[in-house]
Amino acid sequence: MVKNVSVVENIHSANDQLAAEIRQRLDNASVFSINIMASPGAGKTSLIERTLHELAALHEIAVIDGDVATSIDADRAAEAGATAVQINTGGQCHIDANMLRIAVNELDLANFDLLLVENVGNLICPVSFQLGTHKNILIASIPEGDDKPYKYPAMYQDVDALIINKIDLLPYVDFDMAYFEKGVQLLNPDLVTFPLSCRTGEGIQAWITWLTGFINNPKTT
Amino acid sequence: MHELAITEQIAKIANEHGEKNKATQITDLYLVIGELSTVIDDSVQFYWDLITENTLCEGAKLHFKRIPAVFRCRDCNKEYNLDQGELTPCPHCQSSSMDILQGKEFHLDSINII
Repeated sequence: MVKNVSVVENIHSANDQLAAEIRQRLDNASVFSINIMASPGAGKTSLIERTLHELAALHEIAVIDGDVATSIDADRAAEAGATAVQINTGGQCHIDANMLRIAVNELDLANFDLLLVENVGNLICPVSFQLGTHKNILIASIPEGDDKPYKYPAMYQDVDALIINKIDLLPYVDFDMAYFEKGVQLLNPDLVTFPLSCRTGEGIQAWITWLTGFINNPKTT
Repeated sequence: MHELAITEQIAKIANEHGEKNKATQITDLYLVIGELSTVIDDSVQFYWDLITENTLCEGAKLHFKRIPAVFRCRDCNKEYNLDQGELTPCPHCQSSSMDILQGKEFHLDSINII
């Protein structure tokens, strides 16, 4: 006989549960953490390098780098002064909470006050997988075009801060900032935005000030 | 490509509930998916048969219930929907400030078991 069994369980519940455990561990160790998402080439690694350049002397920073293959990004982060852990997702288009948990296990969280997680370059999948990080950050870059909020609404809806990178290229490409901002406003009216250039350093300071405002318990002596 | 990961999670949840209820077979799954959830039914269906072989879910049918997106304008308080799949400013007052009332659902509602 067929019997109907009520389930009512979120399809991401297993991932979300692991994410909650990661958050708890980060909170217990007073580590502030961000999940950086963007399309390939938007400047995730460059932003991390810039951030490390500004903060490596003041804070103890760990970087977890997610990539389909290679450790190029983790190597760049290590060179810039962070303790870096590479996750190779083996072809998967995003980091999930289980992968992050394994990477976090390689860090002694007590030694850090800031964790930067670099997600896989992709504007669709990463946003569906919560990682337990405190803030989700999206980087848009000028050469990608001004229509991205309209094409990838879920990504823009669920982030806490937006970085608009490569503003030094504005004179050279057709990028309608008003059109872009209208799309962002529609999807995420309260989104805090940082126009900047990782190459020239313009606008970086506002980002650094915002970010460091969340680090309550600096570990550097 | 994260439909594979999603499909695996659906199977895992269903199998757990099937085992808990001493099922010998799971015949149907009822999924509730909001219009704003980026998941492609056909892709989930495609992976489903591959990953459920030799589990309680083998041969089970997937039923998708789509929930339309509903927004409420923060300025004029009126409710509206997507316009042919696209998000637009409020059609009543053109404000671009709104809250999402529904459309982000993403859960397994129930299963039929034998």
